Amino acid sequence: MMEDLNRLSLSEARDALRRRDTTAEAITRACLEAIDAAGALNAFVHKTPELAVARARAADARLATGDAPDMCGLPVGIKDLFCTRGVASQAGSRILEGFVPEYESTVSQKLADDGAVMLGKLNMDEFAMGSSNETSVYGNAVNPWRRGNDETALTPGGSSGGSAAAVAADLCLAATGTDTGGSIRQPAAFTGTVGIKPTYGRCSRWGIVAFASSLDQAGPMTKTVRDAAIMLRAMSGHDPKDSTSAQLPVPDFEAALTGDIRGKTIGIPREYRMDGMPDEIEALWTRGREMMQDAGARIVDISLPHTKYALPAYYVIAPAEASSNLARYDGVRYGHRAALAQGDGITEMYEKTRAEGFGPEVQRRVMIGTYVLSAGFYDAYYNRARKVRTLIKRDFETVFAEGVDAILTPATPSAAFGLGEMADADPVRMYLNDVFTVTVNLAGLPGIAVPAGLDRQGLPLGLQLIGRPWEEGALLNAAFAVERAAGFVAKPAKWW
Amino acid sequence: MLDLTHETPKPKTIAGARHDWELVIGMEVHAQVASNAKLFSGASTRFGAEPNANVSFVDAAMPGMLPVINEFCVEQAVRTGLGLKAAINLNSAFDRKNYFYPDLPQGYQISQLYHPIVGEGEVLVEMGPGVARLVRIERIHLEQDAGKSVHDMDPNMSFVDLNRTGVALMEIVSRPDIRGPEEAAAYIAKLRQILRYLGTCDGNMQNGNLRADVNVSICRPGAYEKYQETQDFSHLGTRCEIKNMNSMRFIQQAIEVEARRQIAIVEAGGKVDQETRLYDPDKGETRSMRSKEEAHDYRYFPDPDLLPLEIEQAWVDAIADALPELPDARKARYMADFGLTDYDATVLTAEKENAAFFEAVAEGRDGKMAANWILNELFGRLKKDDSDISQSPLTPAQLGGLIDLIAAGDISGKIAKDVFAILYDEGGDAAQIVEARGLRQVTDTGAIEAEVDKVIAANPAQVEKARANPKLAGWFVGQVMKATGGKANPAAVNQLVSAKLGL
Amino acid sequence: MDVRMSIDASTAARVAKLARIRVEEAALPALADEFNTILGFIEQLGEVDIDGVEPMVSVTPQRLRMRADEVSDGAQADKVLSNAPDAREGFFAVPKVVE
Repeated sequence: MMEDLNRLSLSEARDALRRRDTTAEAITRACLEAIDAAGALNAFVHKTPELAVARARAADARLATGDAPDMCGLPVGIKDLFCTRGVASQAGSRILEGFVPEYESTVSQKLADDGAVMLGKLNMDEFAMGSSNETSVYGNAVNPWRRGNDETALTPGGSSGGSAAAVAADLCLAATGTDTGGSIRQPAAFTGTVGIKPTYGRCSRWGIVAFASSLDQAGPMTKTVRDAAIMLRAMSGHDPKDSTSAQLPVPDFEAALTGDIRGKTIGIPREYRMDGMPDEIEALWTRGREMMQDAGARIVDISLPHTKYALPAYYVIAPAEASSNLARYDGVRYGHRAALAQGDGITEMYEKTRAEGFGPEVQRRVMIGTYVLSAGFYDAYYNRARKVRTLIKRDFETVFAEGVDAILTPATPSAAFGLGEMADADPVRMYLNDVFTVTVNLAGLPGIAVPAGLDRQGLPLGLQLIGRPWEEGALLNAAFAVERAAGFVAKPAKWW
Repeated sequence: MLDLTHETPKPKTIAGARHDWELVIGMEVHAQVASNAKLFSGASTRFGAEPNANVSFVDAAMPGMLPVINEFCVEQAVRTGLGLKAAINLNSAFDRKNYFYPDLPQGYQISQLYHPIVGEGEVLVEMGPGVARLVRIERIHLEQDAGKSVHDMDPNMSFVDLNRTGVALMEIVSRPDIRGPEEAAAYIAKLRQILRYLGTCDGNMQNGNLRADVNVSICRPGAYEKYQETQDFSHLGTRCEIKNMNSMRFIQQAIEVEARRQIAIVEAGGKVDQETRLYDPDKGETRSMRSKEEAHDYRYFPDPDLLPLEIEQAWVDAIADALPELPDARKARYMADFGLTDYDATVLTAEKENAAFFEAVAEGRDGKMAANWILNELFGRLKKDDSDISQSPLTPAQLGGLIDLIAAGDISGKIAKDVFAILYDEGGDAAQIVEARGLRQVTDTGAIEAEVDKVIAANPAQVEKARANPKLAGWFVGQVMKATGGKANPAAVNQLVSAKLGL
Repeated sequence: MDVRMSIDASTAARVAKLARIRVEEAALPALADEFNTILGFIEQLGEVDIDGVEPMVSVTPQRLRMRADEVSDGAQADKVLSNAPDAREGFFAVPKVVE
């Protein structure tokens, strides 16, 4: 019998299931045990063990017929942002307390249709607004990685912090994440896992609690690039229920993983060399460049001149959309409703419900978004930000037109930081976490974070590759080449 | 080419305490698209369902739900635009209008502020034969309807029903070209007529499927003409918007009442505040809706859940080609082809069902005769029964059969009325009824002659009088008709009476 | 950027009202400070030359697809109401709305 089944990657488990070396139920039970033993990580916030075992058994039956999709029988975690029928779905917020959807998000349904086994719901920043998982109503998710022997609890990043922690700690084989400004890639980089945000429109947004509609994309968070390819394929595809979903065929991404990037042109954008960037990040980036060069790619220096304005544009557009998307949380149809005092009317109900239901960061962004859309400011803020967004997208189009196949950048400006370390910082400092990732959302491009090394303290660091729209296969292959060259195999020492 | 030359009606003038005032009115008409499903969800639009029965998770704004547009609704907006001779915008887009209200689950209404699907058009509003107002249409856009809050089921709570939430509306925005309460009512009536001809809206005002926000302001005589020359609104008074009117009668009352309120304010040296008001028909007054004003900042922005709406010129052309004949054209045709009067043509084209009935009867027959029978006999009887053409027990074929008998000289007009009553009440076929009941007109001169002779022989005194005064010959005709049970051909009787009396 | 802003407590209060989030009077100055920090950061956008640039409408180059006019949803009032904090007689119940 195989050991440590929860430590398998998706591809390993898939192959093992096909060889009948193990069963979906056995892998699932291993994961459920690991989850129960990992309360300290606070990654899984709603567990669904009975459902998981039932689905695993169904998967085993399907596998026995010999005709099952790749994801069949593979236990995964689902970010709390995905609505799951009959299972609490709170988006990490108090305002959705008690909400149990009567419907299943398209992405989680596709995974279920392929036979994937849902283990439960994963912690996240409230409404996906955050970069450290510290805004969650469930409390912080904790990074399984530590700085050597230092017991300081570190952030797994955010907003998909629970997903990243769970995958890194082998509580599940893989997890879903969502990425609005870096919420898949930054936590992946902080936890030594792989995370890909596909091209906007690749995965349906239907049934995923909306944060900023024009930026939100779901994607897989996995242990390997191959796993990302396998799971992305299962999550992707046109959905007539999402008007922004692309009507394009989904290629076999795994088949693109040849590792051969000879002759590919990799762009190094000079604007990503930020003032005060830590040496280790700089060194990692240089090593990434060398690895790709050694693999036969052509490295070119490129310019993405409007990079600097991506974060400010994002902090207009995302809050503006969020302020409107979150207006539906009003205490009328679902979720939390504040207890009212004698004589309180409908306005008091709204105001008290939303003050109690939303945490400080969500309140802040909703109000900023309200402000930038309000009379007299729309053109100065919102329209200007949309124009800057056009320019940012144009920057990428220009370099792609000049023959660049992918762009290599650091994934984050630092390794994982301590939980609470940013508590006193002004909000903008936290926002800077997304400085390398947010341009990709604004331009709607695919981006992937791959672990490429450890810093001096033993924390993982990630590189980001940005690809051409709809060319996730080529992007994954480039990431596959980096993964192979980096040979990143480190795992966090189990302390929980 | 249509002849639409007309005189412009005089604007309504109200005498104030100091001088005369004119009215300036613009309207935003909300017309519910006659679709099966909602604008952005697959839930039904059927009226009168159980509370929250016609609600999808999209309509209830459940987390993660997304809108997908209904093609039929887009087509109806285009069709309506074409019917109002308006410019169709091949590129339009949807925006969110943000505000909080319990019957607005999303917290925003999806509408089209910045790029509406239909641009400028016009509506010709007849106010009498040869008199009409040309009202300019500024735009038509598609938007979602809101739900319904019920306030009278509980003393402390309001109850929310989302059945109506998300139903497609066309908002038809006019320029301030309407100049009085009657014109306003006539404008709505004309718009309703066109929409019903187009089939884009059923026009049912009682169910709220057609309702209007009415903008009213007052100005001194002459000021409006200055506005027309310059399009500078400062020549006009401050306007107030009376919300959500779904009765022509109340619209007229509300405009009148609101204008008088504004006149009183201005003549007392005050200033009219631009605001939203509600008409209270019980009290006969408008009152301010301050609650709606409080947070009047809708923060419109393009809906990121939807892409811009692009339609093809070829699609628009195909819709245009399939457009039915519209009221103005149809009326002109009735006058030209059937020789109908302006009035008769107006009545027959008022509802497309009337026109369809008329055309079916007039097909291959005398149009004027068909019109007369429909307008006088059929409509008279329907009105008496508080019914309308859609419930007429008489089919066009039945009425046509009756008219054929008259035209052939088989029955007299008088008998025809009797047959009409039988057809209406009992049904059947006119020719069979006439045959079965022996109502056929007697055209045999010999038989009529015998009756004439009998009457003359029996009334020598009357004969004397008639010979002195030929006008009295009609008495003999009447007697002969009576004696034949109305079946004698009146023309033949007339001729014979005159001949026998030697007139 | 031509909008020189410094948000004060009363503006913060107005924004909170518009967003329907109750903020205690005492918390308004701190909130205004946070807004100013964020808006100060956003201000950088004023440096960008945006002359002649179209605002982005959608990153996806495709056109809006339309669906057929078919009733495919609804008839599920129980599910629509199942999560409601207060539902009565098939309706959502809310504190009295005064018109």
